[in-house]
Amino acid sequence: MTIPAPAVADHSGTPAPKDPETPETVGRSPGQLMWLRFRRDRTGMASAAIVLFFLMVAALAPVISTIYGKDPYTLYGQDVPGLLNEYGYPVLPNGGISSEFWFGIEPNLGRDVFMQLVYGIRTSLLIAAAATVLVTAIGIVMGIVAGYAGGRTDYAIGRLIDITLSFPATLFIIAFMPVVENIFVSPDEETPVWLRAVTLIIMLTAFQWAGIARILRGQVLSLREREFVEAARVTGASPARIVFKELLPNLWTPILIQATLLLPALVTAEAALSFLGVGMIEPIPDWGRMFLRGTQVYQNDITYLMFPGIALVIFVIAFNLLGDSVRDAFDPKIKR
Amino acid sequence: MLRFLTRRTLGAVITLVIISAVTFFLFFAVPADPARLACGKVCPPELLAQARHNLGLDQPLFAQFTAWLAGIFAGRDYGGLGHCPAPCLGYSFVNQAPVFETILDRLPVTVSLTIGAAVVFLTFGVATGIVAALNQGRPLDKIVSVSSLIGFSLQIYFVGTLALYFLVYQNQILARPQYRPFTEDPLAWAAGLVLPWVVLSIIFTANYTRMTRSTMVEQLGEDYVRTARAKGMTGRSVTLRFALRGTLTTVVTIFGVDLGALIGGAIITETTFGLQGLGRLSINAVTDSDLPVLMATVLVAAGAIIVFNIIVDALYAFIDPRVRLS
Repeated sequence: MTIPAPAVADHSGTPAPKDPETPETVGRSPGQLMWLRFRRDRTGMASAAIVLFFLMVAALAPVISTIYGKDPYTLYGQDVPGLLNEYGYPVLPNGGISSEFWFGIEPNLGRDVFMQLVYGIRTSLLIAAAATVLVTAIGIVMGIVAGYAGGRTDYAIGRLIDITLSFPATLFIIAFMPVVENIFVSPDEETPVWLRAVTLIIMLTAFQWAGIARILRGQVLSLREREFVEAARVTGASPARIVFKELLPNLWTPILIQATLLLPALVTAEAALSFLGVGMIEPIPDWGRMFLRGTQVYQNDITYLMFPGIALVIFVIAFNLLGDSVRDAFDPKIKR
Repeated sequence: MLRFLTRRTLGAVITLVIISAVTFFLFFAVPADPARLACGKVCPPELLAQARHNLGLDQPLFAQFTAWLAGIFAGRDYGGLGHCPAPCLGYSFVNQAPVFETILDRLPVTVSLTIGAAVVFLTFGVATGIVAALNQGRPLDKIVSVSSLIGFSLQIYFVGTLALYFLVYQNQILARPQYRPFTEDPLAWAAGLVLPWVVLSIIFTANYTRMTRSTMVEQLGEDYVRTARAKGMTGRSVTLRFALRGTLTTVVTIFGVDLGALIGGAIITETTFGLQGLGRLSINAVTDSDLPVLMATVLVAAGAIIVFNIIVDALYAFIDPRVRLS
């Protein structure tokens, strides 16, 4: 059961001077109400458009590559003489930006920066999205189980959450990467890309689920005592029914808000790990790796750092704004 | 209060032992032989075995862990290497020094970085948050909200590197970040750290502004604030004595989390600015497979997070008289 939504959606207070023959009182579902409120929020719509743009670029990366006529792997600067000088830096000013290389050329290797950036979104978003889904799923299960079961189960999960949150996560992930490589990869082999990606996703998940689980546990604790849950229990509803039909529908709001805020946090976390040298590896295009390279060459070629930097800032701002708007649309009572 | 502290300290110790154990057993999967490092390049097998024995590496894993644990409280004897006094965190052959000394050596860098930045972002963040809340909906509020959103979305490795480029290398406005002990020359200490402080503050202030603003707005609508107003208290004392006090709980919570995380190792900040604090130490320990140093940095980092957590919970009771410690 969802808490019933008020039948009148328009609470702006102005009496509607509409045609008296068409009655305006229409029943609307909470989802419809949320969508109505969201559509009125101009900041929310704008940030949603930007987020959508990033997603489209990620999805259409091969198409963009075909139209643009370049790929993220070819070492243009090394193949074509005259693009890089003898120190490996672009000959043209501003990182070698030209009509042919829109965002310039990567120092030394001479790859196309625009293509690196476009394909880089894919890597960063895929890893962050996979981790977000896993974190949310584990967080939901742990939070609901702890909150609903109570007693010893709650105590055990609570301590597990405490310990997870006390782990120095970044340090631990950095330290753990070589361990994984030692276990799964023999010294004379190169680490496969999928192994790095999977390890990153698992490690990010392992340290992030606790936050969302703690929030949901608190929500379930208070919902559990509400009348409608009690009514369901009295009428003999099974625990599964109470969890799925009574509790979960009321938890979607905090879950969705947390997930929207989690994704940009994970994108930056992945970028930070790559910046520290334990994220994605060559030759996979990745924003974090671009940061790492950018901070190595910034004294001679600051332009190379600017593109991933600005792109990430725009992406994170848009996603945070979107998160705020989603929260406002779901829960107009929250004052911000 | 005493009961609360005892219970939480006990819990903290247990958590730390669990975290150490997880770290210890995981990292034994890395084949790095400290005995070989101890013995030197040309090492006859008998000497290697002797070094292994002295370091306790011929013991079963679990015994090694308990020996490490006992060393922290009772000190430890390394045959041939001498005695390692009470808070003994092991001996690093990469640094050729007891780990505890290395930690003590690097800790001031990280603490200086953290404290300097914390002073700036706490005062500035709370102040802008209050100003925004009191001017809710006005242009000033909008400006503060927009700039804090941007600050919130910035990354240290991007902004820090930009600042290094424009302020240090291009225009020489600031000196290259470096650490000079406060006791030697307070001015040089501040001058060397001012850039990291500013960059850290830009990013951290935003969160405090946002949190202070939203909690303050909520607090200003509370019944007790209305009662205070109805009693005829002036606007300023209502704001400062009632609304701000309620806001402090939120601020203290995130401040505790941030301080714990920063002291435990501002890894990214230290990497960006090339400062040799605990964060850099831990990264180097990973690169060199230096298990004793890594264990120590994990322990210090987790310890910092936990200790600040306890302090925050204890502070709640002082700030909010409705909270009872249990």
